[in-house]
Amino acid sequence: MSASSPPTAALQASHLSVQLGHGRQTRPVLHDLQLSIRAGHWTSIAGPNGAGKSTLLRALAGLLPAQGSVHLLGRPLAHWPQRERARSLAWLAQGGCAELGADDLSVHDVALLGRLPHQGWLAAPGPADWAAVEQALRQTQAWDWRERAFGALSGGERQRVLLARLLAVQAQVLLMDEPLANLDPPHQADWLALVRELVAQGRTVVSVLHEISMALMADDLLLLQAGRIAYAGPAHDAAAHAALAAVFDQRLRIRPLDGRWVALLQ
Amino acid sequence: MQGAPGAQGPTQPRRATALGLGLTLAAALLGLLGLGVGSTGLEPLWRLLADPVAAQIVWDIRAPRTLGAWAAGALLGLAGAVAQGLFRNPLADPFLLGSASGASLAVALLLVGVGGSPFAAAWALQLGLTGAAFVGAVAAVLLTLALARGAQHTFRLLLAGVVVGMVLGALTALLTLMAPATLAAMQAFMLGSTGFIDWSAWALMASVGALCLGVGWALARVLDGLSLGEATAHSLGLPLGPLRAALVAVLALATGTAVAHTGLIAFVGLAAPHLVRALLKTTHARLLWLSSLMGGLLLLAADLLARGLLAPQEIPVGVLTAVLGGGYLLWLMHRRNA
Repeated sequence: MSASSPPTAALQASHLSVQLGHGRQTRPVLHDLQLSIRAGHWTSIAGPNGAGKSTLLRALAGLLPAQGSVHLLGRPLAHWPQRERARSLAWLAQGGCAELGADDLSVHDVALLGRLPHQGWLAAPGPADWAAVEQALRQTQAWDWRERAFGALSGGERQRVLLARLLAVQAQVLLMDEPLANLDPPHQADWLALVRELVAQGRTVVSVLHEISMALMADDLLLLQAGRIAYAGPAHDAAAHAALAAVFDQRLRIRPLDGRWVALLQ
Repeated sequence: MQGAPGAQGPTQPRRATALGLGLTLAAALLGLLGLGVGSTGLEPLWRLLADPVAAQIVWDIRAPRTLGAWAAGALLGLAGAVAQGLFRNPLADPFLLGSASGASLAVALLLVGVGGSPFAAAWALQLGLTGAAFVGAVAAVLLTLALARGAQHTFRLLLAGVVVGMVLGALTALLTLMAPATLAAMQAFMLGSTGFIDWSAWALMASVGALCLGVGWALARVLDGLSLGEATAHSLGLPLGPLRAALVAVLALATGTAVAHTGLIAFVGLAAPHLVRALLKTTHARLLWLSSLMGGLLLLAADLLARGLLAPQEIPVGVLTAVLGGGYLLWLMHRRNA
């Protein structure tokens, strides 16, 4: 990868294996994966429960001990200084299992935590921080109730605040684990528009999605089954649809509707 | 960590400042009252100061004791807020990492030693109860850290703290049982007292408190980050290992200093952050300050009652904090449910 041209792969993994648990309960979750995620595109990770989707996302974010190597923007993850890595790659925890610890913080305080990688140790937040937080909260339509306590929000509202926290990092690469959890259909549509906007700005979005119809709207699809890659390539492709049907035991049909693909249960 | 105008609503900082001022003012008023309370009950301060002997008592005994109760309470309140943030558990209290049982064991050892060989007695006098309690508290936290193999895993740290607390507690009970002469002194330590605080003790507590508050305040954003979960905090680039170690150090130092001078005072560390949160939802930067002020006020009030309720008898202050703190928490819980 030359220094002058931006890398074509935002994330690259080779021989990536992950084991979870300790001692006798150790079990392999990801087996020797090779993958490359295109920069400036939206990649969806899909697959059955327990296929290793969230684990893969965590491994790509450097949050798990893993074998093999992960390159972020052409540079091995281990070579990134922590704070610099945190400015370039933002990770959103799996929705629905929100921690209760942040209940006392205001919506604004939670979103401001996304600016931690940008702030000096004892420095107060600067104008750039305030601007980023305002923009992020407006993008997720949470600005109007920024003073409310995080603990007093509904599940969907919390999810939007956590999404704003992610956006406030202003990272080049955004990893989102089930970002649509608890979101109602209008806010799901808003999320979709947001992702398209981010990608149009040249940013890379990787999302784990349970809704196959939503996952099919991505540029690329990464299909996992039992810790192995079942398909990796364009999402709008007959091969992708066939792989999806195979992974889900042929209980899924992919059909065109209004110019897009939808997944139907059968 | 102030809100920029227009960006963050101004109500939260203003309410925090008001609460802080209110707590300080209440503590100052109670402190003035505390100078007048003695074994003869409550006397007006001006009459005491007119009499040279009484003025001497006020200056040498009551003033350091009153200020000391406030400082010890502030240390416990701060430690409680740090513990609850660090362990992301509202039930966490400053004694969680074994410091209380470590201090008790050290005091028991000292008392048994004093009753035993003359050499041990000389050594014990050199160290003093205060020194022994401090060494015991810090050693117990270090033991907990060793058993948990560092501060990396919150859950392991918590479990190791419970184990250390249990084992050291059992050893203390065994020691006291074997040397019944120490029973009364041990019991007094376990119930806590502000009666032994002199000016130097107050100065020590105040400086440790200022140091811990400063470090805690600098790490407050880490506690905020941790509230989103360890993985998210890690993804935000926080070096969790060293930061957690620094927070544990603050916790151990604040708790050890308070325990060394006042014995085991229950509930202040647990209740102070809860009371603040019931009044104001805010970030850890403000919570640490306000919990310190709240803890100081609580112990000051409890100490005043302990001295005044049954004068000339004194009730151990730990009994009062347990009864009052427990009662208030219970009331708070039911009010919230209702």
